[in-house]
Amino acid sequence: MADTKFIGTPKKATTHVNQNEDLIFEKSSAGKKGYRLAQLDVPAVDVASLLGDAARTDDLGAMPELSEIEIIRHFTRLSTWNYAIDLGMYPLGSCTMKYNPRINEAVARLEGLAEAHPYQPESLSQGALGIMKMLSDCLVEITGMDTITLQPAAGAQGEFTGILLARAYHEANGNPRRKIIVPDSAHGTNPATAAICGYEVANLKSNELGMVDLAELERMVDDNVAALMLTNPSTIGVFESDIHKIADILHAKGALLYMDGANMNALVGKTRPGDFGADVMHLNLHKTFSTPHGGGGPGSGPVACKKILEPFLPSPVLKTNADGSLGLDYNRPQSVGRVRAWYGNFGMFIRALAYILANGPDGLRQTTEDAVLNANYIRAKLEGTFELPYKSRSLHEVVFSDKLQAKNGVKTGDMGKRLIDYGFHAYTVSFPMVVHGAMMIEPTESESREELDLLIDALKQIAREAEENPELVQTAPHTTRLQRLDETTAARKPILRWKAPVAATELTPDSAAKEW
Amino acid sequence: MRYLPKSPADREAMLAEIGVPSIESLFETIPTEYRLAHDLNIPRQHSESEVLDCFRAFAANISSGDAVELAARPAGKLFASFLGAGAYRHYRPVIIDSLVQRGEFLTSYTPYQPEISQGTLQAMFEFQTMICELTGMEIANASMYDGSTGAAESVLMACRVTGRQGAVVARTVHPEYREVMATVTKHQEIPITEVGYVAETGRVDLAALDAAITAETAAVLIQSPNFFGTIEDVAAIAEIAHKKGALLIVSIAEAVSLGAVKAPVEADIVSLEAQSFGVAVGFGGPYCGVIACKEKFLRQMPGRLVGETKDSHGKRGWVLTLSTREQHIRREKATSNICTNQALVALMVTIFMTVYGKQGLQELAAQNLAKAKYLRDALLASGAKTKFDGTPRFHEFVLTGAASAAAMNARLLEMQIVGGLALAKWYPELGEGATLWCATELTTKAQMDAAATVCAGVFERELVGAK
Repeated sequence: MADTKFIGTPKKATTHVNQNEDLIFEKSSAGKKGYRLAQLDVPAVDVASLLGDAARTDDLGAMPELSEIEIIRHFTRLSTWNYAIDLGMYPLGSCTMKYNPRINEAVARLEGLAEAHPYQPESLSQGALGIMKMLSDCLVEITGMDTITLQPAAGAQGEFTGILLARAYHEANGNPRRKIIVPDSAHGTNPATAAICGYEVANLKSNELGMVDLAELERMVDDNVAALMLTNPSTIGVFESDIHKIADILHAKGALLYMDGANMNALVGKTRPGDFGADVMHLNLHKTFSTPHGGGGPGSGPVACKKILEPFLPSPVLKTNADGSLGLDYNRPQSVGRVRAWYGNFGMFIRALAYILANGPDGLRQTTEDAVLNANYIRAKLEGTFELPYKSRSLHEVVFSDKLQAKNGVKTGDMGKRLIDYGFHAYTVSFPMVVHGAMMIEPTESESREELDLLIDALKQIAREAEENPELVQTAPHTTRLQRLDETTAARKPILRWKAPVAATELTPDSAAKEW
Repeated sequence: MRYLPKSPADREAMLAEIGVPSIESLFETIPTEYRLAHDLNIPRQHSESEVLDCFRAFAANISSGDAVELAARPAGKLFASFLGAGAYRHYRPVIIDSLVQRGEFLTSYTPYQPEISQGTLQAMFEFQTMICELTGMEIANASMYDGSTGAAESVLMACRVTGRQGAVVARTVHPEYREVMATVTKHQEIPITEVGYVAETGRVDLAALDAAITAETAAVLIQSPNFFGTIEDVAAIAEIAHKKGALLIVSIAEAVSLGAVKAPVEADIVSLEAQSFGVAVGFGGPYCGVIACKEKFLRQMPGRLVGETKDSHGKRGWVLTLSTREQHIRREKATSNICTNQALVALMVTIFMTVYGKQGLQELAAQNLAKAKYLRDALLASGAKTKFDGTPRFHEFVLTGAASAAAMNARLLEMQIVGGLALAKWYPELGEGATLWCATELTTKAQMDAAATVCAGVFERELVGAK
């Protein structure tokens, strides 16, 4: 009998509890509790009589009811379905997926900081303000700028703030100007930001080296241009060697140089944007300064700038009082306004400062050098296996293309997925757009030589597979809990929330298992 | 440097493999004149124990983070705080931190590779579902930066939906939310009109609102419970807005209120700040905004969305979806420039909502109401007066009666109590003595009695002074 080998085991193909964790709503049962409130030390109130018509009358519908152990298991099981830096390397170009030190998490949870209310008196906030002051001073020194705001909640909001500063500066000089120049190699947030700041986007084509085309830039810059938004090193990981000429061309026409600091991990301790001509830039604390990505946030996007932009910084601005104490200055008549409530993602400031202190000047420089060393090592080992469209010297990341493999129908996305089978996260796929079939690799400093060798071996093996067995690569990943997911149907018929089954039949373990 | 996994020999060997003589040669593309020849002028490298000492000093309110100074000046322990105003202190169940500190959540990237991100994706889908359930909306995104930016993005969204340019915003919306909205809308030429509140009720002035809405008004934005803690008449406001073809956006700064206060089902868009659900007040951030709305506005919704789908073997799974709205695809034509969201904080919120669940969220809200009622009664008995008395409110209220908020708060601070937030800065019409008080389930009877005793002293002295 065909069935005999299953004797003594469940007949269902798989009932592995960890691998088949249901939605929290499907695990809920009426009457279970995962909480107990403290005993009320004041008289209880009747909600309905206190609130009248404003009282809630429904029973909160699908909200789950589970015990504490079930909640722990649910989220712990879900966590095992995630890849993470703690498990291995993320060669994600442009994302700077570096180690997130645990001391950062410990200090961010100290009671005096975690429980500090943003409106508590300044006399009680000297420690919190002290963190902001020390971090500000460090970041100003690292960027070579004159001043900084920590308020923006993330990189994109930092860009928004930076371009608003440029706009306010031009307005103060009589004319906000109309255009922002954005290179075609830029992150998508750059043109999106320019648009929401009320600017037209002028696209600047890269030259054959993937760099800013000086002649083209010179032709484009006139007194309608407010700023150039430039990522340096560029999204192909190459330093714009003519950066001072770029700055000169802009400054000659009164335009400003905005630097997207997404790639600052290539520069810290080695060179400073403020020294090479940038007027304003944002930093991503969740990239360069080790605050955790957490599956997509929170970020933090401080904006550093030159003195000419200082009057326009978002309100409030940190100040030192006559007695040496710290305070917040709200009297900023020329400010661009507020970009976020309170002072920004303070919890990220703590973590970034802890990282800076743990490194010191020598550690930060070594970090940058190791990040650049790692990228160049990968480049040296994989050049030839994959096409290298731009030969200029790489800094912290290297961009290959799938040209050699595409002949066999294997695309960058396929190889990225296949990398998952080797225990790595995919590299950045199809970005920057200036490279057709881009494979963008940023190892960061956090990878040992041994780990890099494993990645290199995996990619060489995948290149071989692309020759010998393209379908194996095209249908990857093969080792994950789920295979390739149908993103087209997800977008065409969006299901964005769980709904209780229409028929009031309870989910039994059997009917739940059918799904799998 | 202890975070760097390379020996000096590794570095030498790797340079040899690359074929360059020194690390400096890898930086040759940076012009020499711009290469730093000296150390950055920042604090020296610290050991882990030194980093901890430094932040312990900061946590003890020492402005320099200097541990030596800490030893000389031990910190006084704060007895009580009655601050709320958009940042609320609620109990945070321990398992939230245990779970979000798992490296698989903490150190994972945005789930663009769904096959190895199902944990984050499923949790986000659960977040979206619970937010819909609580707000009475049909869809919710996977989070925004916070309540202030979420409110501003909601206005932009309403403009895209209606094709109109303009919004009417209640003055009872959090003043800092309104400031952010002003910054964001200014350069898109979206005029904002503010409407006031009725002096007796602390609620939006409906007649003024009706008059302020024009054919160019994309949305009316209110907050409920509003900045004074008062619950707005959402249904009446919705009717006024809808009658003139404008959408209604309801901003909610206190998520815990949803356990007791009717969901704003009449709204078209809800912008929620979910900080109260398990997130530390943490000096203002990171928090967790989220936008929820009617399904028909889906294509104009900013931010990331998680959707259900199947894999190639028919297994249920989750993906980020509808990204054609977003900046990395649409560039300057995107619905927003938002990229990063607050994923980890949204996970904290999700765990909080799961722990309390259907019953607990209701009981929690009821406890907050009970505490706030006790506090209000105690302060009234001390000689204070309250504003907007006849209107339903959640756990905050406006106190008047003192000649000066600053003087009263100074007296309270002597007893290690942080009193209510002074309101004159934003609402001068309420007078120099007006303060906004908040009690949550964590506020104890002893704290409230102590505050009332101090206030009674203040009022007695003011009375004597007046005589």
